Amino acid sequence: MVTVEHSDTAVPAVEGEGVRRRDFINIAAVSFAGVGVVATLPTLINQMNPSADVLAQATTEVDLSSIKPGQAIKAVFRSQPLFVRQLTPKEIEEADAVPVSSLRDPQSLEERTQPGKKQWLVTMGVCTHLGCVPLGTGEGENRGEFGGYFCPCHGSTYDTAARIRKGPAPKNLAVPAYKFTSDTAILVG
Amino acid sequence: MSFPWAEHYTPKHPLMKWVDDRLPLPRFVYNAVGAGYPVPRNLNYFWNFGVLSGAALIVQIITGIILAMHYAASSGVAFESVEHIMRDVNGGWLLRYAHSNGASFFFIVVYIHIFRGLFYSSYKAPREMVWLLGVVIFLLMMATAFMGYVLPWGQMSYWGAQVITGLFSAIPLVGEPIHTWLLGGFAPGNAALNRFFSLHYLLPFVIAAVIILHIWALHIPGSSNPTGVEVKGPQDTVPFHPYYTAKDGFGLGVFLVLYCAVLFFAPNWLGHPDNYIPANPMATPAHIVPEWYFWPFYAILRAFTFDFFFVPAKLLGVFAMFASILLLFVLPWLDTSPVRSGSYRPLFKKFFWLLVVDVLILGYCGGAPAAEPFVMISQIAAAYYFAHFLIILPIVSRIERPLPLPNSITESVLGHEPAGVAAKPAIAAE
Repeated sequence: MVTVEHSDTAVPAVEGEGVRRRDFINIAAVSFAGVGVVATLPTLINQMNPSADVLAQATTEVDLSSIKPGQAIKAVFRSQPLFVRQLTPKEIEEADAVPVSSLRDPQSLEERTQPGKKQWLVTMGVCTHLGCVPLGTGEGENRGEFGGYFCPCHGSTYDTAARIRKGPAPKNLAVPAYKFTSDTAILVG
Repeated sequence: MSFPWAEHYTPKHPLMKWVDDRLPLPRFVYNAVGAGYPVPRNLNYFWNFGVLSGAALIVQIITGIILAMHYAASSGVAFESVEHIMRDVNGGWLLRYAHSNGASFFFIVVYIHIFRGLFYSSYKAPREMVWLLGVVIFLLMMATAFMGYVLPWGQMSYWGAQVITGLFSAIPLVGEPIHTWLLGGFAPGNAALNRFFSLHYLLPFVIAAVIILHIWALHIPGSSNPTGVEVKGPQDTVPFHPYYTAKDGFGLGVFLVLYCAVLFFAPNWLGHPDNYIPANPMATPAHIVPEWYFWPFYAILRAFTFDFFFVPAKLLGVFAMFASILLLFVLPWLDTSPVRSGSYRPLFKKFFWLLVVDVLILGYCGGAPAAEPFVMISQIAAAYYFAHFLIILPIVSRIERPLPLPNSITESVLGHEPAGVAAKPAIAAE
């Protein structure tokens, strides 16, 4: 420090070792400036989070009346695709036939659907690997070897309960919170 | 800086003397890339690629600043504004093609520059810092190129952003919040596009700053050379200007001919047609691929299709992809051979070319669909990539018997030691 000499004469220091007033002022000033810098960080970081208009996206209502067994539709929920699919009895049978403990993300079809509505499979259309939209909702699209959904990006294959069976994805397709508002309509979110 | 026999800057014009006394910028340039920087006399054309990388960055910055004058970073109009540049802006098609192909050519010359460094072990002491800064530049380039590719807001832009930001969701516990934080939403949207544009404009200038550090660090020991033997005296060097400004100028001409050939005759050759379809969050393209320069790393990402104990495949792939680049940071300490140049290392040379082939195979697999046999080939090639740096290189350094090195750079050029040590090389036969 350039002012050490001056401080030694101007401020009578305690004899011998120990903290001098100038050291205290130095540490206090730098600490205070440090606290000030840290105090700006929450704002600088939090501005990156979703803004109010993004968060305010309303819940999505889906009409089920036009979906026939074996068909699936793509709806939009929080600007992401939502898959709604009516399973055929055969597809339900296939899903139930798999021992749950053998799965990567063990879940039964019951746990992934609402009670008494086992044929209605509602999942996000976002591959749990890196977020692509899996194929399998459209007519004639590749549903993969397990008859559910197939992600073209990195080859993740989902079964008829939209559970991960093969490929790099770690989880089953996510089931969002939703409830039946009538026999033929659901409210997601 | 550098050698004591470096030529000294003496301003001739009174105005230059006036400037030099107040701000010695001309002196700085003279010592950095002028006659004041002595360079080994035996550099081959692989030493052109640093200057070519700098030239490519300048092309990108100039075309980029102009494109930003016509582009609108809003998810509703970004795609149309790029079409507006292509169809309506005077010469806009040329500027945009120059920018998109400029990125590809930037990566071509940088990859050759990196492999030059790998072959001649330019990363070894005392040039470790040059290498480390180079890896930093490479990472910044990758971030910049990725964000630039998102800006046209086509299908590949959108899904590339989805996949690459999705990498961060692989992090345990905090992954999803980080993913949302990066995007400013649950999926790529206006917020993501705007911040990518802001950073895409910023990062090239950060790259330029790190390049200055890269060159500064290089000029402390001076440039390496194809023999890897250090400079021993004035007879081993020539001034950067005019010797290497001329040689680099010739290389730059060849580079520009190739660049213009692609730019004017095959401007979409290195691009992907799906990016001329506007972004659609509801439909993934059948085959998502990044730009070609990311293919080797994309192949490593996709090579992990199985869980390893409790670590999920997704996290492993992400970890391996980042590790494949971060590995280069420790390279100077993995290769312990005292001999620098691959020309004098018979065993190392073979493995170097195997690595080149391996990276090309990874690149091919990264551009191919996620199906067999490409998945298995990627797995083998990715394993070899890591084995090269972590196992083969340290072992080769220990067991290899290098060829005898020349006594000096001059001896390697002339075939014999110079008659008088003081003899300046002048216009020696090169």
